[in-house]
Amino acid sequence: MTISIPPQESNQPSSLQPKGWLRYFSFSLDHKVIGIQYLVCGFFFYLIGGALASAIRIELTSPLSDFMARDVYNQVLTLHGTIMIFLWIVPVVNGAFGNYLIPFYVGARDMAFPRLNAVAFWLIPPAGLLLIGSYFINGAAQSGWTAYPPLSITTPAAGQLIWIISVLLLGGSSIFGGINFIATILKLRRPGLKLMQLPMFCWAMLGTSILVVLSTPVLAGTLVLLSFDIVAHTGFFNPALGGNVVVYQHLFWFYSHPAVYIMVLPAFGLVSEILPVHSRKPLFGYTTMVYSIMAIVVLGFLVWAHHMFTSGTPPWMRLFFTIATSFIAVPTGIKFFNWVATLWGGRISLNSAVLFSCGFIVNFVFGGITGVALAQVPFDIHVHDTYFVVAHFHYIVYGGSVFVIFSSIYHWYPKFTGRMLSENLGRFHFILTFIGFNLCFAPQHWLGLNGMPRRVAEYDPQFELVNQISSVGALIMALSTLPFLWNVIQSAFNGNIAGDNPWRALTPEWLTSSPPPVENWKGPAPLVTKPYGYGVNIGSKSNLSTSKSELEEEKQ
Amino acid sequence: MTNVIQSEEAKEVEISHEEEHADHRMFGLATFLVADGMTFAGFFAAYLTYKAVNPLLPDAIYELELPLPTLNTILLLVSSATFHRAGQALHKDNATLCQRWLLITAGLGLAFLVSQMVEYFTLPFGLTDNVYASTFYALTGFHGLHVTLGAIMILIVWWQTRSPGGRVTNQNSFPLEAAELYWHFVDGIWVILFIILYLL
Repeated sequence: MTISIPPQESNQPSSLQPKGWLRYFSFSLDHKVIGIQYLVCGFFFYLIGGALASAIRIELTSPLSDFMARDVYNQVLTLHGTIMIFLWIVPVVNGAFGNYLIPFYVGARDMAFPRLNAVAFWLIPPAGLLLIGSYFINGAAQSGWTAYPPLSITTPAAGQLIWIISVLLLGGSSIFGGINFIATILKLRRPGLKLMQLPMFCWAMLGTSILVVLSTPVLAGTLVLLSFDIVAHTGFFNPALGGNVVVYQHLFWFYSHPAVYIMVLPAFGLVSEILPVHSRKPLFGYTTMVYSIMAIVVLGFLVWAHHMFTSGTPPWMRLFFTIATSFIAVPTGIKFFNWVATLWGGRISLNSAVLFSCGFIVNFVFGGITGVALAQVPFDIHVHDTYFVVAHFHYIVYGGSVFVIFSSIYHWYPKFTGRMLSENLGRFHFILTFIGFNLCFAPQHWLGLNGMPRRVAEYDPQFELVNQISSVGALIMALSTLPFLWNVIQSAFNGNIAGDNPWRALTPEWLTSSPPPVENWKGPAPLVTKPYGYGVNIGSKSNLSTSKSELEEEKQ
Repeated sequence: MTNVIQSEEAKEVEISHEEEHADHRMFGLATFLVADGMTFAGFFAAYLTYKAVNPLLPDAIYELELPLPTLNTILLLVSSATFHRAGQALHKDNATLCQRWLLITAGLGLAFLVSQMVEYFTLPFGLTDNVYASTFYALTGFHGLHVTLGAIMILIVWWQTRSPGGRVTNQNSFPLEAAELYWHFVDGIWVILFIILYLL
C-alpha cells in the first residue's frame, strides 16, 4: 500500500537551509529563491549604474569637464556600461526571470542542476564588488565596456585587470546558467509536454542559452589574451610587437553582438507571456515566433563585424555584414507584427505591465529602425562613435530590455510575493520613465548626426542646449525610480492580497499558490498544452488537465 | 508503518530536490565541453588570422620541429584508447583491471606533459618574442592546462575505484564516464591543434 501525502509537508528543503528572508542570503538551491536573488542583486547594481549615468549626464550639462576629472569620467562611463550590461540586464532577464519561470513552464520542480545554479548566482556579487571596488584601489578601468586595445593596454593596468577578472567571473556565471537552461528545457520537460506547446519564454531562453554557451567562451579567451598583453607584455593586440588590434575587435564582437540578443531575446519571450494574458487573446503566430527566435540566434552569429565598419574592414566583409544585419530585421519584424496582432482587437487592460510592454514595442521599433540604418556602411561611417550610436543602443537595451524588466516585475510581483503592486504608482512610474527616457535619448540622435563624439567629457559649445535637454530627461529617469522603489517595498507589506491567479492567466506558474511552495505545486505538475488559450472555447478541463496516471494517484 | 513510508517518501522527494539529476549530468558536461571548445575555436581563429594578415617581422624566429609533437599526438591517442579500456573493465566489474588501465592513462597524460615541457625548453623562441610565438604558447599552454586537469581527474577516479565502499563502480560509473568524455575532448582538441599549429 502506498499512501499519498501532501508534498508540501514533506518537501521542506534540507534543514540546513535557513527559512524566511534569511534564505535569500544563503546558498539556496530553490530556483525561485535564486531567481529573486538575481533580481534584487541586479536591481541593486542598476541603482549604482544609474547613479553613474546621472554623474555622466551632470558632467555633460556643460561643454567643459568641470564636474569631474577626465580620467574619472572615463572610469565612470566604463563602470556604467559594464555594470548595466553584465550585472543588471544579463543577470536579470536571464538569471532572474529564467530561473523563476522556466521550471514552471517545463513542469519541473527545479532546474536541472540546482547546485550549479546557486554557484552561478553567487559568482555575481563578488564580481560586482570587485568591479566597483577597483575604483577605490587604484582607479577603475578607463577603456569603456569594450576594452579595446591599445586603450586597454595603455591605461593603468590594475583597474583594467580587475575589470577582466570581474567580467571573466560574470561570463562563467552566464555559461553555467546557459548550460542549466538548455538541460532544463530539453531534458526536464514534464512527460506529455511537447516542445511546440511550451510557452514562448522557453524558446527565447533556449535561443539565448545557445548564444551564451557558444559566444561567451570566446570573450573569456580573448580577455585572457588581453590580460597577457597587460601583464606579460605579449603582443597579441599590440601592433608595436607585431600584433593586431582588429583581431581583438573581431573576437570581442563575436561575443558582444550576440550579447545584445542575450539581453533582448529573453525580453521578447517575457513580452510574449505578458501581452496575451492582459489582452485576453492567444499569442498571434506561435510557430512563426519560434522560427524567428531561432533565425535570430543563427543570424546573430553572422553580423558581428557591423560594429567594425571603420576598422579597415575589407569591402567584401562590409557588404556581407550589411546584408546579414539587414536580414535580422525580418525575424524581428515578424515578432513585432505578432505582438501588435496579439493586441489587435483584444480586451486590453491598460495596467502597468501592459503600459511598459507597449512602451517597449514603441521604443524598440525606433531602436530597430536606427539599427537597420546603422547597418548600412555609408551611414555608419558617418555616425560611427557618435551619440547616434549611444542613442540607438539605449533604445535597444533601455527602451527594450529594461522596459520589459519593469513590465515583468509588475506582471509577476503578485506571484513573487502574494501581494499586488499599486496600479497608480505603477502608471506614474511608467509615465515618468517613458517621458524621461525619450527626452534623454531622442535628442542624442541629433547630437550624433551633427558629429558629437561619444565617450568624451568635453564637447563643442554648439551642443550645449540639446545636452541639457537630454540631462533633464536623465533626471526624470532617475526620479522615476522612486515611485517604483516605494511601490515595491510598501506593497510587500501592505499590498492587496493577490490570490493565486490575479490575472486569470493560463501559464503554469499561476496554477499554484502565490508565493509558490518549495516544489512549485502541491500536487503533480499540471500539463498545460495550450498556454495561450485565452478567449478560445476549449474549456478549462482540456487545458489544465493532468495526465491520467496522476489523476489516479490523486484519487488514492 | 504509515510513518515509515512517509519518512521514506519524504526522503525521496528531498533527494530528488537536492541531488543533481543524475541522468542529465553527461548532457550538461557535453554542453560545457561545447562551450570549452568555443574558447579553443577563438584562439584558433586568432592564430589563423595572424598567419593570414600579420607577416613576421624580419628578425623574428618562429620554427617548430615535428618529432616531439608527433610523439605527443601518439601518446594522447593511445591514452584515449586505454581510458576506453578502463571503462570497459569497470562495466565488467573488473576493478583491478580498470585501475590498471586508469593508471596507464594517467601515466600517458603525464608523459605528454613532460614531453611538452621538453619541447618548450628546446624551442628557439619565447612567449613574448613575436605574436606567432605568443599564440603558440597560449594555445598549447591552455591545452596543457586541460591535460593537467584531466590527469588529476583520472587519478581521483582511480582513487575512488579503490575506496572500500566502491564510490566508482559499475553501478555508479558517472565519474569515470565524465572524466573519459572530457579526456576524449582534450585529445580531439590536440589533434586539431596539431594540424593547425604544426602541419599547416
